[in-house]
Amino acid sequence: MSTLVVVPILVPLCAAIAGLLAAGRSTLQRALSVVGAAAQLAVGVALLHTVHTRGIQVQQLGHWPAPFGITIVADLFSAIMVTVTGLVGLCVSLFALVDIGPERERFAFHPLLHFLLMGVAGAFLTGDLFNLFVWFELIIMTSFVLLALGGERPQIEGAVKYLTLNFIASGLFLTALGILYGQFGTLNMADLAIRLESQPSGVGLPSAMLMLVAFGIKAGVFPLFFWLPDSYHTPPAAVTALFAGLLTKVGVYAMIRVLTLVFTAELLVLAPLIVTASLLTMVTGVLGAAAQYDIRRLLAFHIISQIGYMTLGLGLRTEAALAASVFYIVHNVIAKTNLFFVAGAIRHIRGTSELRALGGLYRDEPRLSALFLIPALALAGIPPLSGFVAKFTLVKAALTADAFLPAAVALGVGMLTLYSMTKIWAEAFWKAAPADAGGGTRAPVPIAMLLPIIALTTLTVLLGVLPGTLLDLASGAAMQLLDRRQYLDAVLGTAR
Amino acid sequence: METVLALVIGGLYAISFYLMLRRSMVKLIFGLMLFTQAVNLLIFTAAGLTRGQPPIVPPGATAVPAPYADPLPQALILTAIVISFGMLAFALALTRRGFLAMQTDDLDRLGRGAPE
Repeated sequence: MSTLVVVPILVPLCAAIAGLLAAGRSTLQRALSVVGAAAQLAVGVALLHTVHTRGIQVQQLGHWPAPFGITIVADLFSAIMVTVTGLVGLCVSLFALVDIGPERERFAFHPLLHFLLMGVAGAFLTGDLFNLFVWFELIIMTSFVLLALGGERPQIEGAVKYLTLNFIASGLFLTALGILYGQFGTLNMADLAIRLESQPSGVGLPSAMLMLVAFGIKAGVFPLFFWLPDSYHTPPAAVTALFAGLLTKVGVYAMIRVLTLVFTAELLVLAPLIVTASLLTMVTGVLGAAAQYDIRRLLAFHIISQIGYMTLGLGLRTEAALAASVFYIVHNVIAKTNLFFVAGAIRHIRGTSELRALGGLYRDEPRLSALFLIPALALAGIPPLSGFVAKFTLVKAALTADAFLPAAVALGVGMLTLYSMTKIWAEAFWKAAPADAGGGTRAPVPIAMLLPIIALTTLTVLLGVLPGTLLDLASGAAMQLLDRRQYLDAVLGTAR
Repeated sequence: METVLALVIGGLYAISFYLMLRRSMVKLIFGLMLFTQAVNLLIFTAAGLTRGQPPIVPPGATAVPAPYADPLPQALILTAIVISFGMLAFALALTRRGFLAMQTDDLDRLGRGAPE
């Protein structure tokens, strides 16, 4: 029993409620938001430290023993994800101080942000499938409002697509839960894992398949990604960065968690499908990006492309590959959030993120240029940045598993990513500013915007130069994912 | 009874997907509504239909005698109903907002906006 596991869910809840109570007093609300997010990060780090030193932490809510109550459980993978959530939350709440106008603040932007963080942390920590569904719904509800807040025309179009697709994904997930409950009479992940062990792989396959599709929609895996580029680029940069950094990764997390813990036999059957879908996701995402001329749309397509790398690790099913996936998720959350921040900063000072209308940023904003270049090169996988380590471990794992085609595709897509990033660099930073360029504040980038960008860039460099700690954590997480005994013992007790 | 309900559920799924594939936003909302109903019925039916056996421990006994109606699926469905209710309310508000801004119900024309 460990109370610490529940705290990452409670902190944002308290921050959100305090924010709601402070409605109308915007300075207080902003301060509460930043403090709450900082507390969330601190709790995440504490949880990660505890899990790393003392093993998997479990809390049975209401002290109902495992299959009957709701279990909240943190293994290394969950703890890493919760920490990353706190990091993104803090950076977004800082960035939002400038980026989010008083109009949106009046409609409770900050409390919504914390409700969203609560949903994300809950999804990472729950050990019960129905509870996972509820967290998903919380995430979707808050993200709908964040997406539609402001109600500009393209935003509504994006919101309709986002709403429909997520609604369908939730419905499919719930269908799978209904079937599973009918078959086994339990929805506790650990309990379900044990009950499925004695069954042939065909028994759980329909539910596993339904969940794969449902989580695939949420993660933006080929061919289920088409809603993503249409909706992710419409809201303000702080919201997009939050969505890009965290929401798709919740889908990836759920996929990895469910398939490695519950549906191990089904994963064997589904692995070729996952690998194929991953490769197609990488390729279509990066090709889609090459055709775009708006920075935010271009980056939105790159989200998709990068998701392929994360699911590829799941498809390869080796410990090294899963560790690479975990490392990749962390690297990508940091780099991607950062790139969307930079895009938001550019939009802030120039009033547009259309590449054709931009230019001369290198002359006007040399600092911002450097801060763009580092995460951009990291995304493409250039040493000595975090993306290089991430891609290197993944490709190495693929080669060890004799998966030569996936390794080749992963490297090729890296090249194309570099092409997209150089396109942004050449168009927005190097090219002379077009004559008719106008709008935007033209003032230097505000410090509240620069601070999170600098922090995330530093992390990108640190993870590239000193990847040791995170690599250890990631391989520990992968070991726990593949060797389910620790998780099952922690949740159900050794006496099962 | 299970057979009848299975057919009903299958029909509901089919109708809801058909409606969702239409271009009209109103039909899309109807499709989503039916979809949630179908899923709820599926949970209810898949968990087993037991009539007239409430899960109440009789006086003197320590457990419920064997064939009894499982209350948990109904709790799950209740939760799902509440959530989908909220989602649908939001969907309706969003659709109305979209209609006011775009003056069209056609999803294909949504991106391009209404004629000026």
